[in-house]
Parts: sequence; structure tokens; C-alpha cells
Amino acid sequence: MSLLSFLDRKHTIAKPGFSRWMVPPAALCVHLCIGQAYAFSVFNLPMTKLIGITKSAPDDWKLTELGWIFSLGIFFLGVSAALLGRWVEEGGPRRAMFTAALCWAGGFMLSAIGVYLHTLWLIYIGYGVLGGFGLGIGYISPVSTLIKWFPDRPGMATGMAIMGFGGGAFIASPLSVWLMGKFATPAHVGVAETFIVMGAIYFVFMMVGAAIVRVPAPGWKPAGYVEAEQPQKLITIHNVFVYEAVKTPQFWLIWWVLCLNVTAGIGVLGQASAMSQEMFPGHVTAVAAAGFVGLMSLFNMGGRFFWASMSDYLGRKNTYFVFFTLGTALYAFVPYTGAVGSVTLFVLAYAVIFSMYGGGFATVPAYLRDIFGTRYVGAIHGMLLTAWSAAGIFGPVLVNYIREYNVTHGVAKAQAYNITMYLMAALLVVGFFCNLFVRAVNERHYMKEDAAAAKAMAE
Amino acid sequence: MTTETEGGTTTLHLILAWGFVGIPLTLGVIETLLNALKLFQ
Repeated sequence: MSLLSFLDRKHTIAKPGFSRWMVPPAALCVHLCIGQAYAFSVFNLPMTKLIGITKSAPDDWKLTELGWIFSLGIFFLGVSAALLGRWVEEGGPRRAMFTAALCWAGGFMLSAIGVYLHTLWLIYIGYGVLGGFGLGIGYISPVSTLIKWFPDRPGMATGMAIMGFGGGAFIASPLSVWLMGKFATPAHVGVAETFIVMGAIYFVFMMVGAAIVRVPAPGWKPAGYVEAEQPQKLITIHNVFVYEAVKTPQFWLIWWVLCLNVTAGIGVLGQASAMSQEMFPGHVTAVAAAGFVGLMSLFNMGGRFFWASMSDYLGRKNTYFVFFTLGTALYAFVPYTGAVGSVTLFVLAYAVIFSMYGGGFATVPAYLRDIFGTRYVGAIHGMLLTAWSAAGIFGPVLVNYIREYNVTHGVAKAQAYNITMYLMAALLVVGFFCNLFVRAVNERHYMKEDAAAAKAMAE
Repeated sequence: MTTETEGGTTTLHLILAWGFVGIPLTLGVIETLLNALKLFQ
């Protein structure tokens, strides 16, 4: 069998006896690898000392220049997911996972050459552009496949994969530090070799996922599952084409639901370490603050699986109502924890907030499936990820500028975050109303054969 | 799940697949958890 034929969708159709429980690990093979993106910052400091080795030399790269690598990666994640969603959907998960593996590993290899030659633009193109395409294609590649295998538990299924994206950093961070330690010499920091090894490991890992992934045979259903014959209030049995979906108000309402939920979380995520130290001066040290960030990352990851699984019972709309009401209350509560000096209450509030931040990412594919059907859910999800890119700009900018404004106007550092917290709470109130207005899609948006079936059903 | 694993997928396949992703993830989570404990020391 040639490589192209191996990648073909028809060769990924599961034979009788294939267990659907093989598909979540296949998805995790990809998401655990691309989740490395969250740990890229471990390379920042060593990359400012490639020439100076022990300290930065004048010709060494600056942190501000290096910051663009991650930003480019996330930007091209959104771009590629939006542009290539239909290609991913129609070509099947194996071809998409293979392409993602090539882009992701290729990005690391090109970046290694960039480090070796000390040419920053090669890293921008390598990790930022090529790696960004690997991120985008890899992120959406298993989504619709999982939903088709788990029509009875779509939230749990996609939650497992997207949890992997949150967990990838837990593997990448210690692995990167360990590898750099192994390759470092008194005259060399070992970043290039680490990139090569990580690229190779990720390629193999992602190819294992591509090899074991399968799509269900047409008409396959899990044992005991009875498909609804009539659409439920917010769960359609029809399909909406990807470019038709973006013309519906539902798409844009859910876009804002995701954007606002992510904006609130991402804004404080980047500032969590500084915020915990400044709100509790003398109580939270730099080491403890690093522990706080790690703990929040665990809740971010756990929340992806917990809330997405819960949404199968609560319903998608209700799950977001929980995020927006509980989130608003908790953001408004955070300044009080600072006022009474309770680190425990502060940590507890943020643990729930970050679990819901992760939950927002993980629940949205199932929300889209409920509203737009299964057929193009991966591609529609790709389009929706532009909300993440937008939130990645809004969130940190809001938090940083408001804090800066407060501090320059004489507000004590311990109270400088209060207005930010109230603003985040207000953003979640807006998100609550966006979610409230989500209704079932009008049947004129259904794909033609679905629209005809819906009309016949009504008559 | 028992009926689904007959023929094609064996229990060994499932253990290998889940172990392949589960072991590194668990190790990473434990490492992070140990670092997080410093918050309470």
C-alpha cells in the first residue's frame, strides 16, 4: 500500500471489531505533542544566551524578539484551522494527522537550523509559521472523528483530546529542561540539539496516532445507542455546511461565548505569577508563585475533561451558563480574598476559574455539533478558533494596561488588579447574554438533502 | 465494550495505546504537582 493510499480516508474506515476506545489515545498522541506550545517559554531564556552562554551578549536575541515566536505560532494556529478545516474534514483524520506531524516536526527542525545559524527569521518561519500550521491542523484533526465515534458522549470524547493539549506542556517542560541539560557544554546551551530530538520524538508520537486512528463505517452506532429521530431543542439531527454556518447568528454568538470566556481566563493566566505575589506581598514568594501557576495549569487541564464530560448531562448551553454565572461571582470575589489576605480562598477561586477556562475550550466542539450537526463540525470548529486568537490579544492587553494605569495613578500594587477582576466579571456577564440568545439554526441553513428531509418531516 | 473488542481490537491493544499516552502524561502531572506543593510550604 502506498503512503498516499494509506493516508486516504477510505483506508481509515474501521473494520468490525475495532474498539472506539482506541480513538481517544490516537487523538491524545497529537494533542499531547502540539500542547508543547504552552511550554515554549522554557526556551526563551536559554535562547537569549546562545552567544554569551552564561549571560546575554550584545548580539544575542532579546526576549521581546523571542516572544514573537509563540505569538506567530498561535496566530497561524487560528489561520490554518480556519483555512484548512474543510480540507481536514473531507480528507479524513489520518491525512490531517500526518500533515500536522510533518509541519510540527519540520518546524522544530527548521528552528534547530535557525538556532545553529543564529538566524531568528528561520525560527519565525519554522516554529511560528510551519509549526503554527501543525498546531492548527493537529488541533482540529481528531475532533469530528471523536464526535462520530461517541455520539452518546461527544463532550467527554472531545474533552479527552483537548485535555491533551492542556497536558502537553507538563511533558514538554521537564523534557526540554532535561534535554538542554544533557546537550549543554561550557561553550554551548544545547537548544538546537533539543529541538532536533523533540521534533523527532513528536513526529514518531504523532505518527503512532495517525496509524491507529479510524473513522467509523457508515451507519455505525455504539451498542445500545438509539439516535434521536426528531431534533431536540438545541440538538439538531441535520447538518450545516461550513461556509453556511458562518452566515448564521448562532456561529457568531458562540464565537463571542468562546472569545469572552477565553479573554477572561487568558488575561489572568499570563499574569498569575505576578498577581499572586503582588496581591499577597510577603506571603507568596516567587517559588510559591511558580507552584501556583503549575497548580492552575493542572486545573486548566482537568477542567477540560471534567466540564466537557459534565456537558453531556447538563447540556452545552447550561454548562456555559455555569461558566458565566460562577465565573462572574468568582472574579468579583477575588479582590475580597486579597482584602482579607486569604491565600487559600484566592487559590480556590482561581482553581475553579481556570477549570472553567479549560472547560470552555473543551465543551465548544460538542456545542457546535449540537447546533450545526456532525458533518462539518471539525471545519466549523476551525473557523471558531479565530475567537481564541482574538482573545489571545484582548485578554493580556486588558490585564496589563489596566494594571499599568492603576499603578501609575497611585493605586497600591496589592489593589491594582481589582478593577481588572471586576472588568473580567463584566465580560462574563456579556458572555452570559450571548449564550442566552443561542437558538436552533433555521432550517434554510441545512445542507440540501437535510433541508428536504426536514421539510418532509414537517409535512 | 467487551463486544466491541472482539476480533479487531484486543485488550492488549487498548492497554498499549492508553499506556503510550497515559504514562508520559501521568509523569508530567506528578512533576507539576510536586512543584505546585511549594505553594503550601
